[in-house]
Amino acid sequence: MKDKIIKGRALHIIENGTYIDDIDTDMIFHNSFLAITEIEKMGQHAFGNLDGWKDFPSTAKKGDVLVVGKNFGAGSSRQQAVDCFTALGVTLIIGESFGAIYKRNAINAGVPLIELKDFNSKDLIGCSELKIDLEKGIIMDLQDNKVAECKPFSKVQMDIYQNGNLFEYGKKMRG
Amino acid sequence: MGKTIIEKILQEHCVDDIDVKSGEIIWIDIDKRTARDFGGANVVKNMSKYFDDDSVQDVSKTLFTFDCVVPAKTIPYANNQHICRQYAREKNISVYDVNAGIGSHVAIEEGHAYPNCTFIGTDSHLNILGAVGAFGQGMGDQDIAFSFKTGVNWFEVPPTMKINLKGDLPDNVGAKDLILFLIGKLGSKGALGKAVEIYGDAIAKLNIDQRITVGSMGTEMGAIILFLKPDTILDGYFKFVKAENKKLFSADDDAEYIETFEFDISNIKPLIACPPKPDNVFEVSEIAAKKILVDSVFVGSCTNGRITDIKEVCEILKGKKVHPRVMMKVVPATMKVYGEMLKEGLVQILYDSGVIVSNPGCGGCASGQIGMTGTGEIQLSTSNRNFKGKQGNGDTYLVSPATAAYTALTGYICGEEDL
Ligand code: SF4
Repeated sequence: MKDKIIKGRALHIIENGTYIDDIDTDMIFHNSFLAITEIEKMGQHAFGNLDGWKDFPSTAKKGDVLVVGKNFGAGSSRQQAVDCFTALGVTLIIGESFGAIYKRNAINAGVPLIELKDFNSKDLIGCSELKIDLEKGIIMDLQDNKVAECKPFSKVQMDIYQNGNLFEYGKKMRG
Repeated sequence: MGKTIIEKILQEHCVDDIDVKSGEIIWIDIDKRTARDFGGANVVKNMSKYFDDDSVQDVSKTLFTFDCVVPAKTIPYANNQHICRQYAREKNISVYDVNAGIGSHVAIEEGHAYPNCTFIGTDSHLNILGAVGAFGQGMGDQDIAFSFKTGVNWFEVPPTMKINLKGDLPDNVGAKDLILFLIGKLGSKGALGKAVEIYGDAIAKLNIDQRITVGSMGTEMGAIILFLKPDTILDGYFKFVKAENKKLFSADDDAEYIETFEFDISNIKPLIACPPKPDNVFEVSEIAAKKILVDSVFVGSCTNGRITDIKEVCEILKGKKVHPRVMMKVVPATMKVYGEMLKEGLVQILYDSGVIVSNPGCGGCASGQIGMTGTGEIQLSTSNRNFKGKQGNGDTYLVSPATAAYTALTGYICGEEDL
């Protein structure tokens, strides 16, 4: 059983006090590195093409939680844009909304992806340690116990997450 | 609470006993799962990478369709097609090979796609099947391999947007102009993540070919899929599909829509999308005033490669020559369309006008078998995307088959009144 409650240090992808919207997959993982297939090698390129965030790979730590804005992961279908965060040890991504294919790829790879319910990610700015209950859809700031609501995991998302990824889950489904 | 069309189709295919509503992630049965030459080889590789036994769950529901570059003009495409072919032979899976035409169109003609079915593949324009009331969806190669193996996949039920059209299309305005009009109004993100239902008398008057044209460009406004109100015209077309397999779903009266738009279409004019975005839409007459010289004209693609489109072009070209500065290419969507062109003497008309006619396929869309544009080249295309690089290095303008034909005759972007 994987944890249904995740705690971690929050990494906010912000600029001038607000979350950066419309970060596309080319900014997350540039197409010049698409030939890389080993997950371990992808981490160093995370946000490599996002202005002001080139140091991200050296600041991220195992167990971190990423907090992003609207339409995160728009654009191409590259799986590396999800895997590069896994490589750095990021355990969960919270955002206001995600690109449709990015969302599929994250869920299929067993990466918890959390959408905020009332588009209130601003409330999270300043929170340094977060605790997320995937089943109930609750985000808590560990310092002042402030709470934000997010969409709880659907059964499908939970099944894939618990089994590791889409393929592992598929093996169980049909033997 | 009532249901929209997509909610009904997904409810019918949902494997669990739950009430399907927008926002919910559900598992659905996939009636047909396909892979094309682009992405197909990766699907085959995923099968052996992720499963001990690389056979598919149901051969009769699995297909390969080759259409991007047919026959292969590069070695990587040739290799990829052959990886699929060999795998398909070993597993007894049907292949619509390089002669067949555009996969989504072949699927409709051959009865693999029909009203109310679920159909996925590695073609990002598979949502074109909304034109015939089917739920089509493009997905990545891991998703498709998963469905080859299990017969199911998950889907997040999107919210639905409603568009009501008022009035009839003017005589000189076609289905392509209609969809360019809607993209121009709503913009490239206007329907982002939504299913769209389009209603109106004008829709009921469109034949299947014209519905396909409209349905093929939902992607260009960000839509998950675009449904034209399914009606009895589809019944006739899908005669060969078993009755229990096709249900024409209509939305419930109390279905919930996230947004509703109403547009009067009785005064719209022939339209053109200027590079580099499909929502960069103007009236053809505005652009005609600039007398922009054109180097090449392409008629075809999943948007305008049907017999209705090619007939329209031939009516305009008949007995006339394409302007000497223009290279004009016509690519039928499928072998069946090609056959009809031969039977109706259209190939002769095109030949006499000096047009290049190729075998069916995606042709000039993407970097298909009929060639690309060079830097600085101005191309008029009936396809659906004019992003830089999609059809070559040149500048691509998106138009209807009629505007393509008028322009081919004069050598500059124009409409009927400039002839
Ligand atoms: S014609 Fe173009 S858009 Fe349509 S399926 Fe082929 S490559 Fe895709």
